[in-house]
Amino acid sequence: MSPAPLVSVRDLRVGFATEGGLLQAVDGVSFDVRPGEVVAIVGESGSGKSVTAQTIIGLTRSKNARIEGSVKLDGEELLDAGDATLRRLRGEKIGMVFQDPMTSFNPVYRLGTQIVEAIRAHKGDVGKEQARRRAVELFESVGIPNAERRIDSYPHEFSGGMRQRAMIAMALALEPEVLIADEPTTALDVTIQAQILHLLEDLNRERGLATILITHDLGVVAEVADRVLVMYAGRVVEEGTLDEIFYDPQHPYTWGLMGSLTRLDRPRPHRLPQIAGSPPSLLDLPQGCPFRPRCPHEFSKCTEYPSLEARLTEATDHRDRCWLKPEEKREKRQVEGQIGLEAPQEISRG
Amino acid sequence: MLRFITRRLVGMVFVLFVVSILVFLIFNVVPNSPPAQRLAGKNATPTLVKSIEEEWGFDEPLPQQYATMMKKVFTGELIQYSPRVSVHERIEEGIPATLSLSIGAGIIWLSLGLVLGYLAAIRAGGWLDRVLTGVAIAGVSIPVLLLAPVLIYLLTYKLEIFPNGGYVGWTEDPWGWFTHLILPWFTVAILSIGFYSRVLRSNMLDVMNEDYVRTARAKGLSERRVMTRHVLRNSLIPVVTLFGLDFGATIAGTAIITEVLYNIEGIGLYAAESVTKFELPPIMGITLYGAFFVVFINALVDIAYAYLDPRVRLGGTAR
Repeated sequence: MSPAPLVSVRDLRVGFATEGGLLQAVDGVSFDVRPGEVVAIVGESGSGKSVTAQTIIGLTRSKNARIEGSVKLDGEELLDAGDATLRRLRGEKIGMVFQDPMTSFNPVYRLGTQIVEAIRAHKGDVGKEQARRRAVELFESVGIPNAERRIDSYPHEFSGGMRQRAMIAMALALEPEVLIADEPTTALDVTIQAQILHLLEDLNRERGLATILITHDLGVVAEVADRVLVMYAGRVVEEGTLDEIFYDPQHPYTWGLMGSLTRLDRPRPHRLPQIAGSPPSLLDLPQGCPFRPRCPHEFSKCTEYPSLEARLTEATDHRDRCWLKPEEKREKRQVEGQIGLEAPQEISRG
Repeated sequence: MLRFITRRLVGMVFVLFVVSILVFLIFNVVPNSPPAQRLAGKNATPTLVKSIEEEWGFDEPLPQQYATMMKKVFTGELIQYSPRVSVHERIEEGIPATLSLSIGAGIIWLSLGLVLGYLAAIRAGGWLDRVLTGVAIAGVSIPVLLLAPVLIYLLTYKLEIFPNGGYVGWTEDPWGWFTHLILPWFTVAILSIGFYSRVLRSNMLDVMNEDYVRTARAKGLSERRVMTRHVLRNSLIPVVTLFGLDFGATIAGTAIITEVLYNIEGIGLYAAESVTKFELPPIMGITLYGAFFVVFINALVDIAYAYLDPRVRLGGTAR
């Protein structure tokens, strides 16, 4: 039996009060992350994946935010935790790596200073020299050459990939048990992306980190993830193991994401396939399935909101929100000999 | 960093050289009348004009004339002719009063502006923020020419809290120095307090949305540390630039009006008197003095800027 989950998110709902009304950015998201496991949350911009990640460590708290549900870290509820508790957990229990290493470091302080600051914010008894030595070690552990010297560099003196390594070093400064990586490779060149992913993977294996990886890139997911959550319009539309999602996807949105991947093992198409239309406004969701307006397989049942449930066999953790029958899905997802979403004749507006 | 400072100081000397040439041209070459006549003043005798002409070498070529003028400026031989007073000495006498006024006002507007702007920013949208917005607009809208007489009338004549104008030396009577300057300080500062608090507030609100502020929170820093070390520090960079420009302008400009209104015997008052009496040598001296301060302070600001933002230290390593 697998170990008990370290992070447990249940029915998380995050809404923001806006001039146009309550914007439900995250609606009923649940998942578990165990030590040594990488859970990937996939979706396009505005699907609620980053909000989900940031809510876990309370970064979305504000006057206008409405947060409901439960986020437990090692059994301790985080959503109603006080500011002091949350501050202690940030960095010490949960490390976070952000998307853009260009803008995620403060430009006016040396990198070493920023890492030392993180260490000393939690461990007041650690001296500056000791914290600095620790920072050098961290730089070495994430593969930054000349760590002793580069620790005194300013962020603008580092390349994007090196900065992301430094960011990961900072996130690991206090040996957290959970690592949240919010689009860690999006701002990087493809070759650098692979390096960073392998670094994350190694760290995950070596330290038994529970990792939450936020990305829009299925290629990234395929590299490192154990479990995958596909998000659309603030909801999870499908979840399962990496193999289940890649070889037996159940939701048409997942088919669309798969179909729009570039494949090196097949002839290059004239144009890369895309999912027609754009995501719905979260302030004005269509009735029923939120993907309905963009879905070529829409039928009468789709105006009813589908729940997230295992539709293949009862015993599995592979769940989805689509009314189509499994055998219909197997047939419909085949587009030109591979999984994809066929182009709709006409896109109806929900 | 040292290289940056050296380069900046060399640049400063060059700018001052250009300014001195411009002053020379404006005062001695461009006007279409004999320069000696103008230097001598309104009711000068022909003998005086003649002697000035010889003294300044106005029959010699222009570079020679420039050299003569600069020699007078640097050796302190620049004098006004009716009455015969050393311009150098008058400026020296005026410096303590003018610097007391400008530096004091600068400290007041910078510190109050920063404190109020900081408070408004961390409580954006709250009552303090709204009150400060109102105060800032009022402060910016009141001209010095109106504010000073109103303050003098109310606080000096009616309530008799403050002494009526004048300047008392710092060394003679520190308390008198302070009470005499407090109204002039606020007269100069009040406009800038409002303005600076608004500028800092909006900078801080911008910086709060930066990714690195989110990173700082994710590291588990306290909110106060996030605000001071990450938000405030980065928001100060544009404020420092602004302060450099404004402070230079205060020493060389705003102080004139305030010194006249409060009868402070500083350089500004001397400048105003010289203009009304049509005395050219003092105006020439004061222009150069003002230019020096503006350029000098801007150099200081650039150095402070490089200290605050390592990306500015271009060329060479960032050390």
